[in-house]
Amino acid sequence: MSTPQTATQTNDAHDGGHGDISVGLSGAGASGDGAASATRITPGNALRPEDIALAVSRGTAKPSADVAELALRLGDDALILAQRLGHWISRAPELEEDIALGNIALDQLGHARSFLSYAGGLDGRSEDDLAYFRREPEFRSVQIFEQPNGDFAHTIARQFVVSYYQFELYRRLAQSTDATLAGIAAKAVKEVDYHRDHSAQWVLRLALGTDESRQRMIHAFKTVWPYVDELFRDDELTGRLSETAAAPQPSSLRADFDRLTGEILAEAELQVPNVQPAPGGGRRGLHSEHLGYILAEMQVLAREYPGASW
Amino acid sequence: MASQTLQSVPAEPSPARHEQSLEDVARRDAEGQAYFDKVMAEDSRIEPRDWMPAAYRKTLLRQISQHAHSEIIGMQPEANWISRAPSLKRKAILMAKVQDEAGHGLYLYSAAETLGQPRDQMMQDLMDGKAKYSSIFNYPARTWADMGAIGWMVDGAAIANQVPLCRASFGPYGRAMVRVCKEESFHQRQGFEILLELSHGTPEQKQMAQEAVNRWYAPALMMFGPPDDDSPNSKQSMAWNIKRFSNDELRNRFVGMMMEQVKVLELTLPDKDIRFNEETKKWEHGPLDWDEFHEVLAGRGPCNAQRLERRREAHLEGAWVREAAAAYAEKQAKKQAEKVSVA
Repeated sequence: MSTPQTATQTNDAHDGGHGDISVGLSGAGASGDGAASATRITPGNALRPEDIALAVSRGTAKPSADVAELALRLGDDALILAQRLGHWISRAPELEEDIALGNIALDQLGHARSFLSYAGGLDGRSEDDLAYFRREPEFRSVQIFEQPNGDFAHTIARQFVVSYYQFELYRRLAQSTDATLAGIAAKAVKEVDYHRDHSAQWVLRLALGTDESRQRMIHAFKTVWPYVDELFRDDELTGRLSETAAAPQPSSLRADFDRLTGEILAEAELQVPNVQPAPGGGRRGLHSEHLGYILAEMQVLAREYPGASW
Repeated sequence: MASQTLQSVPAEPSPARHEQSLEDVARRDAEGQAYFDKVMAEDSRIEPRDWMPAAYRKTLLRQISQHAHSEIIGMQPEANWISRAPSLKRKAILMAKVQDEAGHGLYLYSAAETLGQPRDQMMQDLMDGKAKYSSIFNYPARTWADMGAIGWMVDGAAIANQVPLCRASFGPYGRAMVRVCKEESFHQRQGFEILLELSHGTPEQKQMAQEAVNRWYAPALMMFGPPDDDSPNSKQSMAWNIKRFSNDELRNRFVGMMMEQVKVLELTLPDKDIRFNEETKKWEHGPLDWDEFHEVLAGRGPCNAQRLERRREAHLEGAWVREAAAAYAEKQAKKQAEKVSVA
C-alpha cells in the first residue's frame, strides 16, 4: 500500500513567478520521475498551443482525419473539465484550494488548446472556432467531464477518476507514432501526474477525516462512478488508431486504472461503488443534460460578436 | 475611523519569564524603542521578532490585512468573466491572473501573521464586516472590457501605490510587495492589451472599451485614498517609513502615466480638467466625488453585500472540508507518533 507523498524539491532555484513546488506520487505507479515538475517547465522550451497553431498553419504539422478526430475528443474532454473547474476559483473551501483547482483548470485548458489547435489543422479551423462555434452534438467529450461540480467531494471524485484515466492515456500517447500527439501528451502527463496526487490526497483526507466528510465522499463516488465505463470504451476510430500505434485502445488502460485507483480506495477504506454504468455516448455527440448550459455560458460573448478579435 | 477600531488586534506580547519586575519591562521597552528609532532613522528594517511600538504593530496589521482582503475580494469581479472569456487564450490568462491574486492574498496573510494575528481571525473579521478592503471591488464588472480596464487602471493604480511599499520598514511586508509588484506589472500589461485589442476592433468593441474606461477612471483614482488634507493617518505612516509618498502625489503621478498610455489606446479619459502644471511640474485632474467614495466605504456601494456574501458562502460551505483535513492531519500525526514510540 502506498500513500501519496508530497515531495518538495529543494533544488528549485527560480526567479519568482508561479508555483515552485514539485509534487509527485511515490510508489503508486507514478511516472517514477521524481524530478518531473510541471511547473518548472519554462515557456522557453515547453510545447505551447501557439506553437502547434503555428506548425499547423505552416503545414509542418497536419493531422490525419482519424488523428484530428481523436484530438477533438481529447481537447473537448479537457476544455469541458477546465470550464467546470474554473468555477471554483474564488469559491473553494480554502485559499490554497482556490489556487490548486485554478492551477488544474489552467493545465486542462492548456491541453485543450493544444489538442484543439491540432484538430483544427484538418480543415483550417482555429481553437476558438472549435470551442465557441460548434453546437452541442458536435462536442466529443465523454459525459464524466460535464458532470456538475456538486460539493467539494463530488469535484474530488470526478478529479480522481479523470486524472488517473488521463495519466494512463497520456503516458501511452506520449509514445504515439503521431509526433504532435506525442508532444502534447508528453507535456500533459507531467501535469496530470500532479492532478492525481492532488485528488488522491483529498480522497484520503475526506474518506478518513470526519464522519460527515466520509459520508459525502462515499456519496460522491456513487454519483460519479456510473460515468467511469464510458472512458474505457473502444470504437471503430480507436481501433484504427491503435493499429497504426497512433493511440492506445481505451480498454487497454482499464487494468492499470483499476489497480492504481484501487490502491488509493483501499487505503481510504472505500470500496469501488456498486452502481450501474450510464450508457454514455459523448464520443458520438450524445451528452447529458448538463453540457448545453456549460456551452451557453462559455460561448455567449464570442457568439454575440461573431468575427470579432479579442 | 470608528469601523477600523472594530478589527481584532492581537494581545501584546507578554513579558519574557525572567522579566518579573515592572522595571525590567520598562527597561526592555526603552531599549526596544531606542533600537526602533535607530532603525527608522537609518531607514532600515524592523523584523517580526524585534520590539515595535503597539501602534506601529496595529497600523501594519490593519494595512496588510486590508491589503490581503482586497486581493481575495478582488478575485470576484474577474472570476465573474472566466467562464465567458471570449477566446481560450484570454480565458487562460484571466484564470492565471485571478490565481495570482489568491497567491498575493496568501503572502500578505502570512506577512500579517508575523505580527501575531492568525489568518482565521483576519478572515473572520472580513466576513463579520469588521475589516475593510479596497472599495474599488464593490463596483461590478459589467462587460468583458472591464477585464481590460481593471487590469490597466485598477492594477495600474495598485502598482503606483505598491512599488514604494517594497521599501516599507516592516521586512515581511516589503518583501511580499516585491513579488506582488512583479506579478501586478504583468496584470497591468494584460489589461492594457485587452483594451488595445478592443479599441482597434469593431466600433462596438471600441465603444465597449471606452465605456469601461469611463466607468473605472474615478474609482481607480480614489484607490489612492482621500486627499492629503483629509488623510489623518498618512503623516504617522510616513514617519514610520511605511508610506513614502502622499496620496495626492501618487494619484497625480498615476494620472500622468495614464495620459500617455491612453493615447496609444486611442481612447480618452473622462476628465476634461487633466493638465500638466508647468509651475509645480505635476499632473492635475478634475474633482472627484468623495461623497461616493465614503458611501461605498460605508457599505453602500453597488456590490458590497454581494462580495461579502460570496466570501461567507464559500467559507461556510467549505467548513466540513477544512474540518476533515484537520481531523485527518491529526490522525496521521498520532499514527506517526505511535510508530516513532514503537521504534
